[in-house]
Amino acid sequence: MIEVRWHGRGGQGAVTSVELFALAAIEEGKYAQGFPSFGPERRGAPVAAFNRIDDHHIKVRSGVYTPDIVVVLDESLIGLVNVADGLKPEGILLVNTAKSAKEVAEITKFKGKIATVDATSIAWKELGVPITNTTMLGALLKVLGKVKLDSAKGPVEHRFGRIAGKNLTAMKRAYDEVKIN
Amino acid sequence: MSKRIGMEIALAAAEVAALCRPDVIAAYPITPNTHIPEHLAEIVAEGHLDCEYLPVESEHSALSACAGASAVGARVFTATSSQGLLYMGEIVPIIPAMRLPIVMALGNRALSGPINIWNDHSDVMAVRDMGWICLFAANGQETIDMIVQAFKIGEDHRVMLPVLVNLDGFQLTHVVESMIMPDQEEVDKFLPPRKPYATVHPDNVVSMGTLGLPEIYTEAKKAEDEALINSKKVILEVWKEWEKTFGRKYEPIESYKTKDADVIMLTVGSMYETAAIAVDQLHKEGFKAGLLNMKLFRPFPADELKAAVKGARVLIVTDRAVMCGGAQAPVCAEVKSVLYDEPVRPAIVNEIIGLGGRDVRVDDFIKMFKKAATADKVKPERAYEIYGVRSS
Repeated sequence: MIEVRWHGRGGQGAVTSVELFALAAIEEGKYAQGFPSFGPERRGAPVAAFNRIDDHHIKVRSGVYTPDIVVVLDESLIGLVNVADGLKPEGILLVNTAKSAKEVAEITKFKGKIATVDATSIAWKELGVPITNTTMLGALLKVLGKVKLDSAKGPVEHRFGRIAGKNLTAMKRAYDEVKIN
Repeated sequence: MSKRIGMEIALAAAEVAALCRPDVIAAYPITPNTHIPEHLAEIVAEGHLDCEYLPVESEHSALSACAGASAVGARVFTATSSQGLLYMGEIVPIIPAMRLPIVMALGNRALSGPINIWNDHSDVMAVRDMGWICLFAANGQETIDMIVQAFKIGEDHRVMLPVLVNLDGFQLTHVVESMIMPDQEEVDKFLPPRKPYATVHPDNVVSMGTLGLPEIYTEAKKAEDEALINSKKVILEVWKEWEKTFGRKYEPIESYKTKDADVIMLTVGSMYETAAIAVDQLHKEGFKAGLLNMKLFRPFPADELKAAVKGARVLIVTDRAVMCGGAQAPVCAEVKSVLYDEPVRPAIVNEIIGLGGRDVRVDDFIKMFKKAATADKVKPERAYEIYGVRSS
């Protein structure tokens, strides 16, 4: 089972990300959970959301404490929230940033694998807004390699309707541009 | 044809409720059940369901409107949580007394105060003795299935009682997961339109909800109690038919690895499957743990419980609510009362867990099992323990 924790700020679409990721996995016959950090959400405040992906029915319903992958939607969180908390040493920290992996390692003190992508630039260019949830989903699909990029297409189209095309472009760009160190 | 879907469980609950073709929905959204009435309102507004959706001004009005609609013969659905259920409180016991088969999805949430929007069972436990049939879903699939089953059970002329389908708030309502969703044709076939036994109509006058003087109140309560007890036969029939039609089995008490189990735990609701992981891990260590999940809470499955715990040395009963100042937490109080007359019975430990959204992890279940293992030799200090209370 793969466990993922997403960090974002209220309004950046972390909850949409976990929904889309879970739906993409389910689309290809896998089992998945996607859920928010249960509670009242405030726009701009740090929030977390979670995924579990497996090849069979997932039994566990308690929180995610030792994720395999942590996805950070907002660069400003990495010095503010301990985003590497509980992240498995062999896990991956995926950050939306223009910074280098080395800089991210210094700030987060995470000694494992770090992946970076400048999702904010991609989102500005492709979507015209700095909302990076679909962009970072593309990066995650590449870094994880267990759920196909194609499988996210249906859920993104269903969720975004007429603006799905832009989101798919942003997602594909992040998929291609993410750097894994 | 049933289809495998990925969806938030609350939305799936709304979708399946719509497939049941309710004539009237009256609801007032409250966290964490909000997405259920919200999505139903959408379904009705978009013209996918021919239904009177009443966006009332309070839960009290919601259930009152449901009562009126059900009394004239409509199929009625509603949903609420926590204080919303308490605000309905005045009407809650009237519904079964009037024998109205309303179905309510209860997104279980702690009662205030302190104000808490998270999950436990203090809401349902506050109304457990008010005459509703009570089912508990352990996951998204059971939520979907139980909503359809609930209409069929409640509307049966041998039953004519309302049904509460409990789904843990957030732990279930807000989780996106995969489920098998039946299609309209399958639901129509399983659940034909409601044929009310009696309706309020000017051409065919009957009275419902009349005054019960001392000369009749006792008999009315006896009849209500009998009706609820007798509903079990129909519940079992409907579950058999469900299994035959959809291939998914339902039992009042589901058991996991209880054969030859030394210590058995009883859960109610969505913690069942997390506890099952603990049972697997304990088996690897040679600890004979077993697990029971109570899917049917009202009418209380006494015979099934007696059979399920047979041979166990210790029984851990988990509760998700505190019966403040009481002898025991609510589920355990009934379990003890049922087992008291058994010549041989396990030692019973009562753990109150997961209050107001406190997470209960696999390790916690393992700890509870290990601690309970000596309960037949060393009597616990108190009749119940509130698990995991922080002391500093």
